Amino acid sequence: MVHRFHLDDYYIAVDVCSGSVHVLDEMAYEMIGGYEEKDRQALTAEAAKRFGTALSEAEECYDQITALKDAGQLFTEDTFAPMAGELKSRTAGVVKALCLHVAHTCNLNCGYCFASQGKYKGDRAVMSFEVGKQALDFLVAHSGSRHNLEVDFFGGEPLMNFQVVKDLVAYARSIEKAAGKNFRFTLTTNGMLIDDDVIDFANREMSNVVLSLDGRKEIHDRCRVDYAGNGSWEKIVPKFQKLVKARGGKNYYMRGTFTHANPDFLEDIKVMLDLGFTELSMEPVVCAPDDPAALTEADLPVVLQQYEELARLMRKKEKEGRPFTFYHYMLDLADGPCIYKRISGCGSGTEYMAVTPWGDLYPCHQFVGEEGYCLGNVWDGVKNTERQAEFASCNVYAREECRNCWARLYCSGGCAANAFHATGKITGVYETGCELFKKRMECAIVLQADRMLSEEEEG
Amino acid sequence: MKHIKTLNTRNLCESAGCGECQTSCQSGIANQKCES
Repeated sequence: MVHRFHLDDYYIAVDVCSGSVHVLDEMAYEMIGGYEEKDRQALTAEAAKRFGTALSEAEECYDQITALKDAGQLFTEDTFAPMAGELKSRTAGVVKALCLHVAHTCNLNCGYCFASQGKYKGDRAVMSFEVGKQALDFLVAHSGSRHNLEVDFFGGEPLMNFQVVKDLVAYARSIEKAAGKNFRFTLTTNGMLIDDDVIDFANREMSNVVLSLDGRKEIHDRCRVDYAGNGSWEKIVPKFQKLVKARGGKNYYMRGTFTHANPDFLEDIKVMLDLGFTELSMEPVVCAPDDPAALTEADLPVVLQQYEELARLMRKKEKEGRPFTFYHYMLDLADGPCIYKRISGCGSGTEYMAVTPWGDLYPCHQFVGEEGYCLGNVWDGVKNTERQAEFASCNVYAREECRNCWARLYCSGGCAANAFHATGKITGVYETGCELFKKRMECAIVLQADRMLSEEEEG
Repeated sequence: MKHIKTLNTRNLCESAGCGECQTSCQSGIANQKCES
C-alpha cells in the first residue's frame, strides 16, 4: 500500500509496509498513483502528454518506480499480520512502566479535566509511601530482563504529595543498581506548587517534566481555574519559565489542551514561543461529545488547517535558526520503532499500568475509575486476567477499520482510552482522532523530509 | 533525470522486539528511539 500526499512544495509517497518515504516530482507523483492500474505504455504516454516532456523522460520515471518496487521500497505487501500477537506473547507478564497516581486531588478545578478534577470519579486521596514502595517493588519483580523502567508521577496534582514523590525516587535509586535496572522518572504538573525545592529536585531526578499550559492567558484561564474561580496563568508562567531555564536543556514539554473554544490553537503555540518555551504539545480535549468543550464537526477543518500552518511555522523557524519542537511532529524515520512495537502499540494494560493511591492497578491513567477495568493490585498482581487479555490482543490488526489505513504503522491502532471513551470498546475507532493523527503524520513526514534534504544539501 | 528521492528510513521488514524502547503515549509511538 502506498499513500501519496502533498503539502506546499513537497510531493510525498509513503510505502506503508516497508516504511520507505519518497520525495517525488509531480510526474512521479502522478505515475505512482496510476502504476497499479495501467501498463507501462499507457502510463508513460499519458504522463509525457500531461507534463509536456519526451516519452523517454516518462519511461525513465516509470523505470525508477519499478526499480523501487523491485527493491521492496514501493507497493510492499503486508506480511505482518501473523506477527500481531508475537511481541506481547513473547513478553507476557513483563511490566516496564507504571504511572503512579500519587495524588487523587488537585489544587485546580479545570473544567475539561478527564480525571474529574483529580478524583477519577472517586474519593480524594494521596498515595502513601508504603503503597508507592510496593508499586516499585512490583515493577522490579515483574520487569523480567528489562533494564529501563519508567515511572510517571501523575495525578491529580502530584506536587500535593511531594514528600512521597521524593521518598519514592530515593527508594528507587537505592535499589536500582542491585536490581540491574535504570529508572526514568517523569513528573506531570499544573505548576501551582513549583518552588526552588521542586525545581532542584525535578532537574536532578526527572528525565522529563510535563508542564500544563494552554497558551493564551484568556484561553488558559477559561478552564484552568482554582476552586475560587481564579485563573492560574499569571501564577504558573513565571514558575514554568524559571524551571525550564534551570533545566539547562534536559527534556521537558509544555502540554496544552485545545477545545471548542480555541480550535485556532496555533495562536496558543505562538504565545508559548513568545514566553520562551520551545518544547511544545497541544492536544485535542478528551471529553464526552455533548460536553461544551468538545470539538465539533465544524472545528475539524480549522484544526487540520492549523496543523498545516504549524508545519509551515516550524519550517520557517528552523530556517531562521530558531527551531522548536512539537510533540506530534517528532518522527524518527531512520531509527524509529521496530515492526513489533508498531503493531502492538503503547502497551497499556500489559507492560504499562496505572496505580491508584490505594494500590489498585488499571490499564492506564485514562481508565482509572472505570468500572470493570481494575486489573488487580500491587500486592497480588494482575487478577483480572480476562480484561488484561483484551488489552494484550488489542493491536493494529484487531481493528477492521485499520486494515486499509495508511497510518496504521505510525499510530499502532490508536489510543485504547480514546477508543473506549468514543465508542465504548477498546478496539473501537475514534474517527476524529484518526483524522487528526493522519494530518499530523503527513506534516511530520514533510518536516522530516525537509530536514533530511537540507542536511544533504549542506553536507 | 532523477524523479524520486528516497529518504533514509528504517526498513520495517528488516526490523522484524527487544521491548527496551520508551513507553509512548499518543495522548509518540513513531518517535520511539529503538534501543536495538
